[in-house]
Amino acid sequence: MIHLWLPLVFSAALFAIGVYGVLARRNAVLVLMSIELMLNAVNVNLVAFSKSVKTGIAAVGATAAAGQIFALFVITVAAAEIGIGLAIVILIYRNRESINVDEVNLLKW
Amino acid sequence: MIHVSWLIPALPALAFPLIVFFGKRMPGKGAEIGIVAVAISFVMSLIVMGHFVANGNARPEEAGFTWFDLGGFSLQVSMFVDGLTAVMFCVVTFVSLCVQIYSTAYMHDDRRYTWYFAALSLFTTSMLNLVIANDLIQLLVGWELVGICSYVLVGHWWEDKVNSNAGIKAFITTKTGDIPFLFGIFTLIAATGTSNMHAINLGADQGAIGSGLLFAGALLLFGGAIGKSAQFPLHVWLPDAMAGPTPVSALIHAATMVAAGVYLVGRLFSVFVNAPHFVLLFVGIIAAITMAITALLAMVQDDVKRVLAYSTVSQLAYMVAGLSLPDAVGYTPGLFHLFTHAFFKALLFLAAGSVIHAVHSNNMSEMGGLRRRMPLTFGVFLIGAAALSGIPPLAGFWSKDEIISIAFKSHTYWLFAFTLATAVLTAFYMTRAVLLTFLGEYRGHAEPHEAPLAMAGPMVVLAALSCVAGFLGPTHLFAHWVHFFGEPFLIEPVDYGFAAISLVGAAAGIAVGYGLYRRWRDPDPLRKLGPAYTLLERKYYLDDIYERGLVRSIQYPMADAVDAVDRKVVDGAVNGVGLTARGLGGLLRYLQSGSVQRYAVFLFAGVVILALIFTRVT
Repeated sequence: MIHLWLPLVFSAALFAIGVYGVLARRNAVLVLMSIELMLNAVNVNLVAFSKSVKTGIAAVGATAAAGQIFALFVITVAAAEIGIGLAIVILIYRNRESINVDEVNLLKW
Repeated sequence: MIHVSWLIPALPALAFPLIVFFGKRMPGKGAEIGIVAVAISFVMSLIVMGHFVANGNARPEEAGFTWFDLGGFSLQVSMFVDGLTAVMFCVVTFVSLCVQIYSTAYMHDDRRYTWYFAALSLFTTSMLNLVIANDLIQLLVGWELVGICSYVLVGHWWEDKVNSNAGIKAFITTKTGDIPFLFGIFTLIAATGTSNMHAINLGADQGAIGSGLLFAGALLLFGGAIGKSAQFPLHVWLPDAMAGPTPVSALIHAATMVAAGVYLVGRLFSVFVNAPHFVLLFVGIIAAITMAITALLAMVQDDVKRVLAYSTVSQLAYMVAGLSLPDAVGYTPGLFHLFTHAFFKALLFLAAGSVIHAVHSNNMSEMGGLRRRMPLTFGVFLIGAAALSGIPPLAGFWSKDEIISIAFKSHTYWLFAFTLATAVLTAFYMTRAVLLTFLGEYRGHAEPHEAPLAMAGPMVVLAALSCVAGFLGPTHLFAHWVHFFGEPFLIEPVDYGFAAISLVGAAAGIAVGYGLYRRWRDPDPLRKLGPAYTLLERKYYLDDIYERGLVRSIQYPMADAVDAVDRKVVDGAVNGVGLTARGLGGLLRYLQSGSVQRYAVFLFAGVVILALIFTRVT
């Protein structure tokens, strides 16, 4: 049984790398990958907590296994999200011959 | 029947929107709606009149419902029908009917034909509302509506700047009188706590109103009458109002709207009679000045409608003079003159309209010799002129003579002198008008023709009434219907001595007129009067005084002030709002770069801030 802090530090590092990737990388595919990193950092957190707590939180009707189940949901959603995200990237590439997010600045007005 | 008298103003009121919305699609372009409505109203007026004919002392019919409550003061929509109301109903609806039928021919190809009839209906209903009202505020509504209709109809041909200016002048001049009128209403309401005119009259009779308030109220109310009935010094609008179509002049500026001021004095007569004597004296002085100066002005006009307009002002002053006589003795004669004058003045205007229609000019210098070409118009105009000049047995003779003789009998000798002198002048200028228009050689250019049937019919009917309406006076029928309530009506036998005096006066006027204008002479023989003629020609410089002294000294600074306010305050506010929004937008613009990553930075920054806050809170 490892200590709780180990997965938490790992997940925080993973999340930080993800944030950096989303904010700083210009390649759209890398941005999407960074989003995946952040989601998985959250998953690590959820699983870690679900293992460490003994009982669920009765007030919200959650059992101790809720974290793991939730992680499964997140993975599913992430798969769908990456599908749509990559489709958008392909469309942008077809229209602009580039997947540089700096050049995609239409999200205003 | 008398219980539903309110239908009389309601019918033309209904006609107005019908004409506006459906008139253009009707075969008669809306004219028939107005004519039918006012014809039914006229028949009903006759029935209501019949009620008072059958029984002179019939109780006045009072009814009403609350319009709205203002604290302890309730405003009513109400009616008060007595003999005077019934007579006014008949006059207004009858003249309006004649004028509308006449207008179908006169306004034949007018571009705003339908609108014209709509405005006539609106005017008729406003006047009837004014007549039936038993509540001062309701009366004020009718009072202002006739003012607006007058403005609309005078400026009917507004493409000409002159006409629209005349409309504005009519509106603003009468409005000048409406300001004291409004304050008079406030005074009476403050004094009695009610706006019910019958109650106010009763209160004045019983001395329930303090004499100071009564004095102020009566004087202020008369201010409104000065404006509406075109008395000196606010008479200047009426001649200019001749810019409107001639049938309008007949309806508004002879028979009905200008009668509103006189009617008001008659309706609230208790207030005037019980006020300190100075009030009626003041009313009499105004009337005397008005009748004399406007009769003089009528002598030098070239425009036939202006002659009639000034004579209208002068005759209205007769009515006011009659009302101003002490002890209410002139009440019935004054209102009787209002009644007869409506017929022959409407007739004169319609006949003048027929002439103008034929020769395409208002100026008598371009008429002349129309006797042979328009015999019917000549005949009816002659009847109207004779009635106005006071030739027996026509209508004007009886009513005017009653005022003149009663003025003498009530020892108001100065007013007697004024009325008699004005009678001479009236006969003179009417003779001049008849001679210049119908006798001599034709001096115009257009080809005159006799009036079509739709125009001739109303003229003939009015001419017949101008002949016989006067007999209601000496037979005391009129006095039986219309008398100052609370007092038994006086039966004054006709005094043939005074009749002879006024007849001699009229004959003198006619003789002088005939002598001067038997043959067309250019320039006008009256020009020999020199400076006096110039004074008359310039209308005593009253218009110049108003224009230079009042209008400009108020208009220009006011225009500057309004301009400054408009530019600096209104525009400043609008521009200021715009500039502020733009400045803020300019700042916010930098946030919205379109770069998704920058948005993500804000998102994360927001999350971090929220996280910090929540950890602090918990």
